[in-house]
Amino acid sequence: MECLIGIRGKDFVLMAGDSVAGRSVVAMKKDHDKMYQLSNRLLMAACGEGGDTVQFAEYIAKNIQLYRMRNGYDLSTKAAASFTRRNLADYLRSSTPYFVNLLIGGYDDSDGADLYYMDYLGSMVKLPFGVHGYGSFFVLSVMDRYYKEDMTRDEALVLLQRCIDEIHERFIINLNSFKVKIVDKEGIHVMKDLRPTTKQPEETPGTQSMDIV
Amino acid sequence: MSRRYDSRTTIFSPEGRIHQVEYAIEAINHAGTVIAINSKNGIFILAEAKRPSALIADKVDNEKIYKLSGCMVGCVAGITADANILINYARNQVQNHLQAFNEPAPVEKIVRQVANVKQNYTQYGGLRPFGVSIVYAAFSREGGFKLYHSDPSGNYASWKSICIGANSSSIIGTLKEKWTPDIDLTGAKNLAFEAYCKPCDVQSISSKNFETMVLTLDSDDKPLFQALGTDEVENLLKENNPIKAS
Repeated sequence: MECLIGIRGKDFVLMAGDSVAGRSVVAMKKDHDKMYQLSNRLLMAACGEGGDTVQFAEYIAKNIQLYRMRNGYDLSTKAAASFTRRNLADYLRSSTPYFVNLLIGGYDDSDGADLYYMDYLGSMVKLPFGVHGYGSFFVLSVMDRYYKEDMTRDEALVLLQRCIDEIHERFIINLNSFKVKIVDKEGIHVMKDLRPTTKQPEETPGTQSMDIV
Repeated sequence: MSRRYDSRTTIFSPEGRIHQVEYAIEAINHAGTVIAINSKNGIFILAEAKRPSALIADKVDNEKIYKLSGCMVGCVAGITADANILINYARNQVQNHLQAFNEPAPVEKIVRQVANVKQNYTQYGGLRPFGVSIVYAAFSREGGFKLYHSDPSGNYASWKSICIGANSSSIIGTLKEKWTPDIDLTGAKNLAFEAYCKPCDVQSISSKNFETMVLTLDSDDKPLFQALGTDEVENLLKENNPIKAS
């Protein structure tokens, strides 16, 4: 029921996740942030099994910090993503697998902005845009239609808004708020929450009659 | 110096020394020399492979210089059997890093891990220390060309140029005098041979005893490891051997 969206722009990665934390049919929290900071210029969005997401995200984040302490420099996006994938894959064939789907977005000086898409089975791909959850059925076609390389931040936000509107239009679950963040050279910036642009349904007042024949 | 305190690594002497570690360091001074010099455009390594018998086959596997990864080389001086264990460990650690992070292991990390193994044998278990000094030469995008050295105590440091093994103190003296920050690879090669030949007995020097390694970048800016050909070694010897010059 969760949805994560990532879009790579010219020199930044835009990431968004719905802000509903739910259990079964109940929405427990409506302003939940599913994105975790791994380092100054690394952001990870995680969805999946309730406890696993937080547990795994924190585990990875602390290990990335430990690497920084030991070696004096931050891991590149590629290395951090590979490390994360390695952990997911190793735990998969243990008695305690993690059921988490991830998007990792980051910026480093050598490769620029990168977005990595990972699923709970430990597969990983580098993508220009990626979506997790049922939302992907609706959003990917919107992305295919409107995404282009080297977008500016404003263009990417417009695209993201289109995606959110499409989810609101067609997805049966009500995801009416998304947390949005941008990772770039300067670090991680928290943007305003995005909501679907409201469209009032048309009303036709008047009596309704049925002709009796 | 009391003899009562030197039979185990697990005790300090009253002067605050661990004699076993110092004896291990001493053992290396009888081993084949390794000279490594960092220059603007590469690293040059000269190692003397001691041939204990004339019956040893000429075309021998490396005894001094070992490739640890695509960007790193380790040169050993000391007990060869001990060195093999550490080199194997270093190679394993390099691959572990590659498996986890999908990028080349940084030199410092590998140097530190091997040094920690060495340190272990000076504090735990009651086993003797490794009688090996290792010089690491590596290239990385972030740090450029780097030289590291670790000794049996587990200490390590980064160097501009270093010598370990026989005659190391006098050779280091020459390197201190003659090394400059803007030395280039050719200068480094000559300096290495000059420094090696100075304290040596001329007759015993033969080009067949040397292992050499030049670390530079190829046309794609990837690290390139090459050994010098026998001709070039002969020439460098001829030019830098002080007795012949007179």
